[in-house]
Amino acid sequence: MTTFLGMPATAPRGVGNLRGDETFPAAAHHALADDQLRRNLRHATTTIRGKSGRVIAELPDWQELRSAGSALKAFVMANLDSLLEQLEARVTAAGGVVHWAADANEANAIVLDLIRRTGSERVIKVKSMATQEIGLNEALEAGGIQPIETDLAELIVQLGNDKPSHILVPAIHRNRAEIREIFLKSMPGVDPDLTDDPPVLAAAARKYLRETFLSTTVAVSGANFGIAETGTLAVVESEGNGRMCLTLPDTLITVMGIEKVVPSWPDLEVFLQLLPRASTGERMNPYTTMWTGVTPGDGPQNFHLVLLDNGRSAVLADPAGRAALHCIRCSACLNVCPVYERTGGHAYGSVYPGPIGAVLSPQLTGVADNASLPYASSLCGACFDACPVKIDIPSMLVHLRNKVSHPAAERAAMRAAAYTMDHPKLYARAQRAAKLARIAGRRGRGLPPPFSGWTASRDLPEVPQQTFRDWWASR
Amino acid sequence: MRIALFATCLADTLYPEAAKATVRLLERLGHEVVFPFEQTCCGQMHINTGYQRDALPLVKRYVSVFDPFDVIVAPSGSCVGSIRHQHATVAANLGEAGLAARAHDVGSRTYELSELLVDVLEVEDVGAYYPHTVTYHPTCHSLRMTRVGDKPLRLLRQVRGLTLVELPLAEQCCGFGGTFALKNAETSSAMLADKMTNIVSTGAEVCTAGDASCLMHIGGGLQRKDAGVTTVHLAEILAATS
Repeated sequence: MTTFLGMPATAPRGVGNLRGDETFPAAAHHALADDQLRRNLRHATTTIRGKSGRVIAELPDWQELRSAGSALKAFVMANLDSLLEQLEARVTAAGGVVHWAADANEANAIVLDLIRRTGSERVIKVKSMATQEIGLNEALEAGGIQPIETDLAELIVQLGNDKPSHILVPAIHRNRAEIREIFLKSMPGVDPDLTDDPPVLAAAARKYLRETFLSTTVAVSGANFGIAETGTLAVVESEGNGRMCLTLPDTLITVMGIEKVVPSWPDLEVFLQLLPRASTGERMNPYTTMWTGVTPGDGPQNFHLVLLDNGRSAVLADPAGRAALHCIRCSACLNVCPVYERTGGHAYGSVYPGPIGAVLSPQLTGVADNASLPYASSLCGACFDACPVKIDIPSMLVHLRNKVSHPAAERAAMRAAAYTMDHPKLYARAQRAAKLARIAGRRGRGLPPPFSGWTASRDLPEVPQQTFRDWWASR
Repeated sequence: MRIALFATCLADTLYPEAAKATVRLLERLGHEVVFPFEQTCCGQMHINTGYQRDALPLVKRYVSVFDPFDVIVAPSGSCVGSIRHQHATVAANLGEAGLAARAHDVGSRTYELSELLVDVLEVEDVGAYYPHTVTYHPTCHSLRMTRVGDKPLRLLRQVRGLTLVELPLAEQCCGFGGTFALKNAETSSAMLADKMTNIVSTGAEVCTAGDASCLMHIGGGLQRKDAGVTTVHLAEILAATS
């Protein structure tokens, strides 16, 4: 037993996919210039929004379900230590092996070592945000192991040497013509006469993946839920590739973020109603696979659970930020976000894009490493209303903005503005001086940044002859 | 009824017509309006940009200036949202528990204009006449923070001469977002472009809303495009009689 002193650590630099190369405005600049991307995103998010909205409207108790989901997650965070130890004990008792990974480096090393011990040189993967977060594929490749993504969209991303841009639909930025190109270029054994007809593309992926499923002995997955009471893990997916990975191989290695634990089986009743309706717009999730340790003669005979922190304890330490850990990765907030719809996921630089990414990524890495993300929102609040576990993302964005180290000029201007606003006579004089702004003209030509950002597409307001307070005084 | 007006710094400085219209409307309905001169700004820009410590004196100022009044009105869903949902939090975050309690109390007596009319004064037909085709943009904070619901629309439907046309994708943000429009100017402009396309598609002469800030943004864009649609604050339409 070691004694830990000091603040919990954030996710380490140099590993994983939580930090972008550019600030959000710089990355968004490229995305906004890509008309094809804008069309793809608008079409996809509008379709998912409509579908999800219709099935949510069917449930008379949706708001109660949201409240229940929120309360359950709050309970989990308040009891995370004991629930995780309970989960470990149950998984171990059921024949699994539990590993604790403080960060991405530890988790990658544990998984690489486990795979090497099996002698296999490749692994099949179930779509998993946690393994994308820690950069597991990159670590495995560096260690001589070939990871093969089996979720169709993740496969498209992997074959395209690309990054996911959406939590649920990682290739949302691609259309079918682009997918055909990627398959022709990178899919082993692909038919050279491949068309861009969606069933043809799906069949090509199916043929390739079937052969891979049947010839690979190790699988790596994430987990949507880990039930402390029974030691049961759960993965929800739509394509059946997950079911293949979770049942066919000899060895299964699951990487689960520590926040994914839930107390007991009945809790899934709430989450399995919330997740599919908020996420894919389905009433019931198509493939829900659950397993408890090892069952002799049935399914993987070696099961390893890697419990991943990688900054989560640091998030938990902030009372105003910890609800970001309540996220069930449904991506409803992405689909309703007007910023995400226009910039796409890559602009956020992290595997967690959109509103939840803007509050989760900076907390996992420390705000300094993702300082532009809390500002990647107009605070319109659509995400909060859409979240199935009621995460108040706008308030959390505002909270995180207070932790950002502000530019000196901005800080000085904001201080001066606040000082003026707190001295009504000075304020009234400043109001009258605002008339001087007329020299800039309505088009505001020649204004310096940041004001030139406004006048690039918007005229300036006309300064009135008289302020309201002067009018009132003259009545 | 005696009603204290919080004009908001933006309307006071740049859009006095919205605040004047609020006064004219309430006086026409038989109420007394008072304007405490010590008021300035609610501090939302500072709070939402990450300067809550700088906003604290403005929270204190708002609370002390408006505490003496039973009913306070502002022609802004956004400023009311900040007063009602952020002031107490800012005070509590900075260790001012007493101020937080008072801020919560004053916030609960602060109403956005359409809320004051429909919920407190219980009037939907304010006797206005405005012979124009109008589309209504529900601003994000009025919709999802202050939660005014359909109250502005209920008021507009009673205005004589007014033809109300529905705005497609009305509930999507116009891209203003305070300093967001400067810090992420290009994304903001892309959101505005879509909002303007939807506004122009209605064929309306006027786009109205309950927030001068969003109207400054939308109006600035429409004018740059010479789109032929003007922006008018909800208060000005409700105050119009000829």
